[in-house]
Amino acid sequence: MTAQAAEIPQTRHRSMSLPSARRLLLWTGLAVLLAWVLVPIYLVALGAFGGRLGVFRWPKSIWPTDLSLAAMTQFLAIEGVFNALVNSLIAAGLTVVFSILLGAPAGYALARYDFRGQNAFRLLVLLTRAFPLAILALPLTVSFIRLGLYDTPFGVSLIHTVLALPFAALVTQSLFMGIPREYEEAAWVFGCTRFQAFIRVVLPLALPGLAATAIFAFVISWNEVFAASILTVRERTLTAYLLRILAESPLHYRFAGGFILIIPSVLFIFAVRRYLFAVWGIASK
Amino acid sequence: MPARTSWIPYALIAPSVIFLGALFLVPLVQTIWLSFSVGDGFSMENYQRMAGDLNFSLAVRNTFLLTLVVVPLQVVLALAMATMVTKLDKGRDLVLWVLTIPLGISDLAAGLAWLALLQNTGYLNSALYALGLIQGPMGWLSQETPWALFFAIVLAELWRATAIVLVILIAGLQLIPKEFSEAAEIFGAKPWTRFTKITLPLLKPSLQSALILRTVLAFEVFAVVYALGGRNFPVLAGEAYVWQNDNQNYGAAAAYAVLIMAISLAATAVYLRILRTRPEQLP
Repeated sequence: MTAQAAEIPQTRHRSMSLPSARRLLLWTGLAVLLAWVLVPIYLVALGAFGGRLGVFRWPKSIWPTDLSLAAMTQFLAIEGVFNALVNSLIAAGLTVVFSILLGAPAGYALARYDFRGQNAFRLLVLLTRAFPLAILALPLTVSFIRLGLYDTPFGVSLIHTVLALPFAALVTQSLFMGIPREYEEAAWVFGCTRFQAFIRVVLPLALPGLAATAIFAFVISWNEVFAASILTVRERTLTAYLLRILAESPLHYRFAGGFILIIPSVLFIFAVRRYLFAVWGIASK
Repeated sequence: MPARTSWIPYALIAPSVIFLGALFLVPLVQTIWLSFSVGDGFSMENYQRMAGDLNFSLAVRNTFLLTLVVVPLQVVLALAMATMVTKLDKGRDLVLWVLTIPLGISDLAAGLAWLALLQNTGYLNSALYALGLIQGPMGWLSQETPWALFFAIVLAELWRATAIVLVILIAGLQLIPKEFSEAAEIFGAKPWTRFTKITLPLLKPSLQSALILRTVLAFEVFAVVYALGGRNFPVLAGEAYVWQNDNQNYGAAAAYAVLIMAISLAATAVYLRILRTRPEQLP
């Protein structure tokens, strides 16, 4: 099937005369790519719900046989797993709050004002991109211990905000640039203060974009492994917990953990799919 | 028209400046300082310890090898994906959604997903067994099979991080006016010529940001490698983690961090220079 499809363009027909063959080639290629993305997710799901027996079955069938929720509930019942899950959610939630609260005002300033030093600020934001940021968790260990932030989801969220903040500032900048200034000025004319005009006119229009930015910040934190592992010992996030138990935990627990990590990402990417290209087009400038 | 300068913009950026100062610039300086100090004095001891470690040269070699293989392949794969997707009219959104799912998947989870495929009694071996190519379960991810392990890590990295390149390239493709390509077609340019003479040069800014982003991340690759091979395949960030967490030697860990940062900065500088776009070349 694939071989046949691959020979077709070599016959050098004009594109108009063989639309169906070209389409077949295109869809074959796409089917391979879609399978390439989806199959590993499917297989880790099988591993997560197959339990101990499933993992060691030989040879394996790619069809779901004797799956049960028991494997997953057992995993969640392990000491520390649930706590790690909660810590991950707290850290990601705080990262969302911090990166929006800090990043959106900066984005607004860049979009609406011309001020001395704005290029220096842009440079600072872009500079973060040239550095492996998670590595910066290494020296922070010492100061975090001193400040009592070590081994807390709050401390983890601070370093995750360093990852998400530049992104949030750049994305919100273009978001606010897309909302005409005249709307705000009209509100001023009708007696709103600058703050009221922002809350009543700009914010509702910016809300969907801000939500997408928030979701990205959440995913950045939820997925981060290195800094979270360095900065926690007992109050681990889910990624840090999984990394720590990699060597000693049985395979089906690792797959269960991997599956839990993947699920929110799939849903989130679905939720922001419309903003994906706009957001990354901006953030990569 | 931007408003005239007042105190307002400074008040708006102040929180993020303070935050990035405290948690980006300060730790940056701290890392460098930490890497050069032992006790109270200046010393190269941390670097000597790092370079003298058995895993050091392996980690350097492996990290570079991974980056040099993975990043170009990702760009090629993403370009192929982007070209296919732009040809679609029906089902485009669905295809794009599926292709970008890995964007949200953590490197650790990606490593675990490929572990399900590649472990001893995993799906790859089951398929090979069904085809009669192997007699029973085989290990691909151990120290005895370094190249198979390397290949597995390359696959997992391609799987996980091609999506980000794809998204950046598609965002870039949307900025290129269709008329350029149509004009070239009228003058008889073949698809491949149009791709290399029009699309690629105009895509340079997007390629540049994708390459910078991916290369910096590739040099701190860590969790994928750990999920698949443990310490069988030493990489720079993994060694930094071991020195920090297991050996509690913050100085040597900082030396690794400085090395990773220096490599990342050098790579960024190279990309900025090679893929420079003059303003008049922009569409």
